[in-house]
Amino acid sequence: MRFLKSLFKDKLAASSLVVILAVIIIGVFAPVFAPHDPLEVNISKKYAGSSWEYLLGTDQLGRCVLSRLIYGIRPSILWVMAALMLSVLIGAVLGFIAGYFKGKVDALIMRVCDIMLSFPGYVMPIAFVGIFGVGLENILIAFIIMKWAWFTRVIRTSVMQYTELEYIQFAKAAGVNHFKIIRRHLIPVTLADIAVISSSSVCSMILQISGFSFLGLGVQAPAPEWGMMLNEARSVMFTRPELMLAPGIAIITVVFAFNFLSDSLQTIFDPKLMKSKKIRTEKVEA
Amino acid sequence: MLQVKRVEKSYAKGGIFSKERQQVLNRVTFDCREGECLGIIGESGSGKSTLGRLILGIEKPDSGSVLFDGKKLKKSLSKSGIISVVFQNYKSSINPFFTVQQAIMEPMEITSRNTMESRKKVVWLLNQVGLPSSYLNKYPHELSGGEVQRVCIARAISTEPKCIILDEAISSLDVSIQTQILELLKRLKDTHNISYLFITHDIQSAAYICDRIIIFKNGQIEEIVKTENLKNTQSAYAKQLLKSLMIY
Ligand SMILES: Nc1ncnc2c1ncn2[C@@H]1O[C@H](COP(=O)(O)OP(=O)(O)OP(=O)(O)O)[C@@H](O)[C@H]1O
Ligand SMILES: [Mg+2]
Repeated sequence: MRFLKSLFKDKLAASSLVVILAVIIIGVFAPVFAPHDPLEVNISKKYAGSSWEYLLGTDQLGRCVLSRLIYGIRPSILWVMAALMLSVLIGAVLGFIAGYFKGKVDALIMRVCDIMLSFPGYVMPIAFVGIFGVGLENILIAFIIMKWAWFTRVIRTSVMQYTELEYIQFAKAAGVNHFKIIRRHLIPVTLADIAVISSSSVCSMILQISGFSFLGLGVQAPAPEWGMMLNEARSVMFTRPELMLAPGIAIITVVFAFNFLSDSLQTIFDPKLMKSKKIRTEKVEA
Repeated sequence: MLQVKRVEKSYAKGGIFSKERQQVLNRVTFDCREGECLGIIGESGSGKSTLGRLILGIEKPDSGSVLFDGKKLKKSLSKSGIISVVFQNYKSSINPFFTVQQAIMEPMEITSRNTMESRKKVVWLLNQVGLPSSYLNKYPHELSGGEVQRVCIARAISTEPKCIILDEAISSLDVSIQTQILELLKRLKDTHNISYLFITHDIQSAAYICDRIIIFKNGQIEEIVKTENLKNTQSAYAKQLLKSLMIY
């Protein structure tokens, strides 16, 4: 509750959250919001300008751009977020185990992470696509396989730093069981870090997935996807720039929203930081 | 009552493949009587906090043992509620998301299930450490350092331990608050018959509250002196500490 209150005090964070939630809702209920079938081809109306029937006009096959944009939320944002959540979840579980119990488990998990992280970021998805064929699923799976190691690393570091804190030492000494310590003391404080890490990396993931689709490795035509829409609009970049603007602006808006949110989350989650923020602004005013 | 026997501890130095170890504690042997306040004075890095962790049972010694009434307990001393602890850094001694009440209740919940009873006890404990019951629902960042340390003391005595390890518990407070907390500790010691392991590098406060003082250096006990005889101490470190005191 306190979290929501402070979130809504921060205008930028609140509006970012609203944008993100709106995008998610529109994406989930795409059939309700989309005026047309995104796959419906209507060659006679190709490259139509904006009208009441086609708010954002139509593309080279006469398909409704707005509908394609709305359906494109699913692969571009929703699936990316699902993949991200899965890798954060794996990373969190392993990171908590490694960071909390330390010792041999930690060494083992970290060596596996080292191996995973030694692959360059773009090679793995491309190799994966090369073996299993193009398609969004394969790219997403490759992403999960790549990213969990990174999340494990980061979350472990954050957990380790917190387990050294006196109140956790005290709880350990008093004999509170490990599960309870993790749930009551570690998760609330590391949640801030996790939220910040994942909200900032969702941006790079959205951009990368769109990038792969732009290159034709991800979502396959005719399914709508923002990166692919950009690619399709490329050929008419100078005659019909608005076809490029629609998905471009959509990507930029969402990425900005996530970035702003991740910035604000950092201060919101931390009661101490919030206090210091207040003091800082007071000092500036004085 | 509490006996530490030939305790040794070393930590691995360098990476996981390095065999080199740093000896932090070297055959430490002493005992602490019931109701006694035993000071442990030593330089920074001499292994005082490590000794504290070993006695609490958060870590295991490489060799040697910590005995209670001559017996080695199955559970660690802190888990059996015999020993509790107050740490130096009051800023992170209490979970920032916990209220004072939740913080004090935490160790009590393990031993007793009756929450109604415990709630009453929290109020009583707060009064014992000189805080009004209006503090129950405050968060740690709303308290001053001295107040947090009082809450930590209340939390430490909540399980009615026989002994409390005070690991530089007053070192980061300012001097006037230090004396208040020392007074409080002295009073609690008499009313509850608790013994203290008072870890510090401030010889003045140690001399004020302790019955005996252990001079600790490089993981070894240099000397154990009664506080009355502190002036005649043999060890160089204690002499040096005393000398710096004389200047004031
Ligand atoms: N978990 C650990 N792993 C490796 N080395 C450690 C660990 N804990 C302590 N040490 C080392 O043991 C030595 C003693 O540390 P300790 O914290 O016990 O000193 P201290 O006497 O309490 O010092 P201070 O007065 O600064 O609190 C230090 O050199 C430290 O580097
Ligand atoms: Mg110490």
